[in-house]
Amino acid sequence: MKSAPADASRRGGAARLVLMAGPVAFFGVFFAYPVVAIVRRGLYGDGGRRAGRILDVLGQPDVRHVLWFTVWQALASTALTLLVALPGAYVFARLDFPGKQVLRAVVTVPFVLPTVVAGTAFLALLGQGGLLDQLWGVRLDTTVWAILIAHVFFNYAVVVRTVGGLWAQLDPRQEEAARMLGASRFAAWRKVTLPALGPAVAAAALMVFLFTFTSFGVVQILGGPGYSTLEVEIYRQTAQIFDLSTAAALTIVQFAAVGLILAVHARTVRRRESALRLVDAAHTARRPRGAGQWGLLAGVLATIGLLLLLPLGVLVARSLDTPGGYGFAYYRALTSADGGTFLVPPIDAIGNSLRYAFAATAIALVIGSLAAAALTLPRPRTDSTGGTTSAGRLVRGLDALLMLPLGVSAVTVGFGFLITLDKPPLDLRSSWILVPLAQALVGVPFVVRTMLPVLRAVDGRLREAAAVLGASPLRVWREVDLPMVRRAMLIAAGFAFAVSLGEFGATVFIARPDRPTLPVAVARLLGRAGDLNYGQAMALSTVLMIVCAVALLVLERLRPAKASTGEF
Amino acid sequence: MTELKKVQGPPAPARAPARGPAPADGASALLRLDDATVRFGGRAALDAVDLEVARHEIVCVLGPSGSGKSTLLRAVAGLQHLDGGRISLDGHDQRGVPAHRRGVGLMFQDHQLFPQRDVGGNVAFGLRVRGVDRREQAEHVRELLALVGLPGAERRAVSALSGGEQQRVALARALAPRPRLLMLDEPLGQLDRSLRERLVVELRQLFGELGTTVLAVTHDQGEAFALADRVVVMRDGRIAQSGTPLEVWQHPADAFVARFLGFDNVVEAKVAAAGDTADTPWGRLRLPAGPRQGAAPAGGARHLLVRPAGVRLADPSDAALTCTVTARTFRGTHVALHLRPRGDSPGIEAACALREAPEPGAEVGVTFDPAEIVVLGGDLAP
Repeated sequence: MKSAPADASRRGGAARLVLMAGPVAFFGVFFAYPVVAIVRRGLYGDGGRRAGRILDVLGQPDVRHVLWFTVWQALASTALTLLVALPGAYVFARLDFPGKQVLRAVVTVPFVLPTVVAGTAFLALLGQGGLLDQLWGVRLDTTVWAILIAHVFFNYAVVVRTVGGLWAQLDPRQEEAARMLGASRFAAWRKVTLPALGPAVAAAALMVFLFTFTSFGVVQILGGPGYSTLEVEIYRQTAQIFDLSTAAALTIVQFAAVGLILAVHARTVRRRESALRLVDAAHTARRPRGAGQWGLLAGVLATIGLLLLLPLGVLVARSLDTPGGYGFAYYRALTSADGGTFLVPPIDAIGNSLRYAFAATAIALVIGSLAAAALTLPRPRTDSTGGTTSAGRLVRGLDALLMLPLGVSAVTVGFGFLITLDKPPLDLRSSWILVPLAQALVGVPFVVRTMLPVLRAVDGRLREAAAVLGASPLRVWREVDLPMVRRAMLIAAGFAFAVSLGEFGATVFIARPDRPTLPVAVARLLGRAGDLNYGQAMALSTVLMIVCAVALLVLERLRPAKASTGEF
Repeated sequence: MTELKKVQGPPAPARAPARGPAPADGASALLRLDDATVRFGGRAALDAVDLEVARHEIVCVLGPSGSGKSTLLRAVAGLQHLDGGRISLDGHDQRGVPAHRRGVGLMFQDHQLFPQRDVGGNVAFGLRVRGVDRREQAEHVRELLALVGLPGAERRAVSALSGGEQQRVALARALAPRPRLLMLDEPLGQLDRSLRERLVVELRQLFGELGTTVLAVTHDQGEAFALADRVVVMRDGRIAQSGTPLEVWQHPADAFVARFLGFDNVVEAKVAAAGDTADTPWGRLRLPAGPRQGAAPAGGARHLLVRPAGVRLADPSDAALTCTVTARTFRGTHVALHLRPRGDSPGIEAACALREAPEPGAEVGVTFDPAEIVVLGGDLAP
């Protein structure tokens, strides 16, 4: 008689475990194992007396400089991004203007662009012989400004979508109620809207901080020798100096920092889930009124034009600007193997990239869907006193854990793959699947992030209604959940695809020389001197940008009208 | 369905008892709860509830929010696990039987139509998951939609339906798999008043024709009385009273039920040993002659209910009790008067005809009609 509820929660727990088995195994073998192995090798590899190595490494002035730079550039990038993007969030949330949907998609393009492309674009804008150099003799590459501006370029969409998404759903009548109670327009905003937005702003800021803290491609391409983030330094120590123990120590430091950021993020997000009165975003936007709103709109449009569109435009222009006048010479050069940079024509990289990205997307979708389903299984009822069950904590822990690949050094993962997956039963060194596996690691968090809010938004009683009508649990998933998440799944697939396409840090280690991906090929071309290589890098980056942009624009059409608050 | 002899037509709040089948005895009970208990944390949402529903019977569970009504339905549907006791359907213990194998229907308070399916897809859902073939499905859906008054609505989107239409589709969907027991959770809760009054009549008629066994919950007494053969009043997870609408209306079991039904004239009283009079804050009242209702002994401290219709106005000089009229509320057929007696005895509500209603502030004498006085059971805690 007392066993019924225990049975029930045990059943729920068992189902959760079955669903979690896939993702846990995947992350165990292809994430934890390589990362732990390389860290162990670094710390204990030559003699086992290196446990205190982290402190030694942290004591070095060079390393302290890298750490300091990593933190302050991330802080500066975050502050700058918020400053530039918050007006954008307001404009997208509360103003209605023609072309808004298209512009919203355009703004998101940089976020899914490979860092290599962005780096190249800013090089074409700010670098030697770049647009600013030609016009005014201004060069910003090898300065910290280039890095900061590129970081804003990337993360503009994070703020606009996370903050703006929530902002659009806040009930404007709450502000109106405050004004009826005698608050001025600004006071109403400050007292009602700002506190509601606070957690979203914090969440967005943390995501931006996380992305910029672990920035690799941008800093690698735009930062001069004086500017190196942890991730770049890990790459340098691993691939150029071959000082594995320093790299391992740095990896641990970065891991700890990212863990901390994610823990804070999880807390903020939980606070954000506190009951806000949300309304349909379609009804909160108004046509701009008055000089202030029109001015704001114009300012935001100008910012988007200068900051997001100009670099991409310059990139395209550069790829067409050959010594013999405008033309497709650089694109044609991509089809020949004569350059000597590769064993194969650079154009082959497109095929490689697409193949890898499709495989990575498939893997990420399967793993991510399983994890998302496990995280949304009905939780055992918490008692009315508000106590949290251990299952609830497990779910939250898992939630945060799935985000880890976003923050752990991709370089470490890539190198870890090389040293761990080279012997039976997991001898994948010569297998093509190695690259998609590494890329899928980064794709999974996006799949989970995209599907989770939609799955959680499915009213539990809808599932109950289906069950009472005679549908088995599997049938309920197929009939109720699947139709609702189908679009979210497509969107998740698109994100995973774009992220896989642009993945650089891990791929650069494990892609075979005769099978480069697009970002790897771009980086190699940039590493060579000469106009032809530079031009080809621009051309290849343009191709990559177009592939990503098209993928995203297709997805934007699929995005449900009542989009979730646009979490990344 | 020939054994059904339900009288059709609009039921009045106080209609004759025993219109439906006789209250369940153990043998014919379709649904039977023994000692059913559900706890959330330390609180019992269902506290050792015993209940039987006979085949073809319409039972309405009535109670304020938080009284455990919805938990009762969810437990029977298999959506809420019991912490104790048992639930049997057709004599079979349902422990461990998942919701989709119980063969009961549940209509949710806010309908919970599947938004991505059209009306036909919603109604056919239960048939489809049972593997009924398509032609049969379509045929059945057509019949059901005609039955609930939405003929030909198969291809309409559920988002385009009005509240009343959604309610009809939800009903058709719940009826489609021919559940042995249909449960309704606040079936008319979100609809406006006139629609509610019309639909409740239609529902009763429909269930009568189909011979459906129904267990409904509502917080609206009018709805419960109009729909049910038998009303079960719940309080704090327990059953406070069970009986035909007329029985419950005429003889509320205790002060809680009386107040929940909207009676305000409930006072503590000392009933004389002879059982013919009672001392109240309003003076000594004569009690109705005849056998006492309720199991409690006649004499001693009890609660007394005086229906508003039993409060008669008189000239102040002719009556033992004098009151001031503090407010009048127009109720359509009559006027509800709020009276304040001298001293600090509790206020009285009286019903009086429109023409005779005195102005607020007027002094009136009050007498009581013994026929409209009920001695209530239960303990004295209000």
